[in-house]
Amino acid sequence: MPQDIPNKSRVRIEAEAICDGFVAGGAARFETDILLQAEVLLDLYGEDIRARAYVTTDPERGEMMLRPDFTVPVVQYHMEGDGLPASYTYFGEVFRKQEDYPDRRSEYMQVGYEEFGGSNAAVSDAGVFGQFSDVLAPLGLRAATGDIGILTAMVRGLATTEDRRVALMRHIWQPTRFTALVKRFAGQTPVPPSRAALLASDVPLQDAGVMIGLRSEREIETRIAALRADAAEPPLSAEIVDLIAAVLSVSETCPNALEHLRDIAVDMPGLLPALDRFEARCDAMARRGVDVESLPFEASYGRTSMEYYDGFVFGFYSEARPDLPPVATGGRYDALTRRLGQGREIPAVGGVIRPDLVLDLGGLP
Amino acid sequence: MTIKLGVPSKGRLMEKTFGWFGARGVTLSRTGSEREYAGAVDGVDGVDLVLLSAGEIPRELSAGRIHLGVTGNDLIQEKLVQWDQKVEPLAPLGFGHANLIVAVPNCWVDVDTLDDLDGAAAAFRARHGFRMRIATKYHRLVRDYLRRGGVADYQLVDSQGATEGTVKNLTAEAIADITSTGETLRANHLKILDEPPVLESQATLFRSRRAEVTEQERADLRALIDRLAV
Repeated sequence: MPQDIPNKSRVRIEAEAICDGFVAGGAARFETDILLQAEVLLDLYGEDIRARAYVTTDPERGEMMLRPDFTVPVVQYHMEGDGLPASYTYFGEVFRKQEDYPDRRSEYMQVGYEEFGGSNAAVSDAGVFGQFSDVLAPLGLRAATGDIGILTAMVRGLATTEDRRVALMRHIWQPTRFTALVKRFAGQTPVPPSRAALLASDVPLQDAGVMIGLRSEREIETRIAALRADAAEPPLSAEIVDLIAAVLSVSETCPNALEHLRDIAVDMPGLLPALDRFEARCDAMARRGVDVESLPFEASYGRTSMEYYDGFVFGFYSEARPDLPPVATGGRYDALTRRLGQGREIPAVGGVIRPDLVLDLGGLP
Repeated sequence: MTIKLGVPSKGRLMEKTFGWFGARGVTLSRTGSEREYAGAVDGVDGVDLVLLSAGEIPRELSAGRIHLGVTGNDLIQEKLVQWDQKVEPLAPLGFGHANLIVAVPNCWVDVDTLDDLDGAAAAFRARHGFRMRIATKYHRLVRDYLRRGGVADYQLVDSQGATEGTVKNLTAEAIADITSTGETLRANHLKILDEPPVLESQATLFRSRRAEVTEQERADLRALIDRLAV
């Protein structure tokens, strides 16, 4: 059974109040449709989003999706404009299927704040996090932070082939698959017999039989050539595998995490630019009044549920109500603007608050 | 009121279900004309036979409109979210065996595992500009299976029949479907991935956890379950 829905008008009033706070800070109000073109969202998030969002069909416009969040529409809106730095705030219903958690709400309000075009990433990250932290302070929530940029820097810096780096990069948001790939590239998993037979054969396509389907013989040959090239590559060293595991398991306060990662970077210098950005953000946060000394940092935070974030990520959780989803989440998503911007890219960072959960926790004064 | 037992209304599945109950002293039969969907239960008291399409039995169990039902666990798991909270499997019936599998063209000599499928899907998307299409009617089960298998860059396209033909007809690159012998797959130049199936299915007797029962019905249900020794 769905949990009791708190009075919708109270949620709306709470949402408006939070939104007004962002407007007072200089953000412009943003509104968008509830019915969105499904195609863009499916291409971005992949087929998995069908398990989380409601897809319906329009006889004329094809597949439509009930707004699962505001991020894509607000990015599209900003990128159609003059491209000057701007910040937006919005509130409205979003819709999520809850197959795994039927007790959670499938229709709820989000209040968002998004900042585009900030020239200093550290200052923008700290500013957005600081605003969310200030707004939510009365609720006494636990903050979680991470940085996907450190993970991408780690992959980019690996001394291996470009194909392997691309494969790892593609699965950064799927931890299990990522780890499986690392093990395979390190030669720690046995080669499946089918693969061994394929590589051993001089004429692999001999028994292919009838060629059917859109994937051509040429494409099959290209992949076989890539597999052969990869098999000839030396495996990732055990040392590198350990370093990757060490990076992924960092979980301590920001200053300790930074120090720990700098130790790892002695053997993994590719991390350094990302760690400099992490340090700059910590400094900017301290200047913004955030208690960085005790702020938690987890290197793997945001890898499972925040697929479009590619830099700083954060969330706010209720310690008293661990059954609740996060009250707020956010982060940096420059890569999303690149995918939607047809060649253009704009620095972007933002987040959302759930006013219904804020009310569940007693509301803001 | 009576206990309602839902059984597939047609074909071999119905005959074998009748046979399974018959072997346990409960005689199920169709009554009236051959085209009329009415049935009778002999050998126990207070049980009514409801003849339904196998595909509707999960919904009827979940809604509590029937107390017991025979259908494949593939249909139960595809159609019911958190199925184990809605129905309880009482006994596998030992027939109607079929596996839900993922199959790709035989000519894809480079694809035998989910790992291969993911690699091929990434290259396919880069080459063709759209996500590799997998035709199926089992959307939830297949999506969950591929997610757990770490496959990205694919899309499911709906196919309610003749799914094995979609690859040749260029409306899909791969398929996910129920197969028992694999003959139709071979005839259509497809091969099953060398992985555990998405699901191993067979005809199963389910009890609804949602159907309400009076005291009399509870006793009748108990008597029937005792008779069936499940």
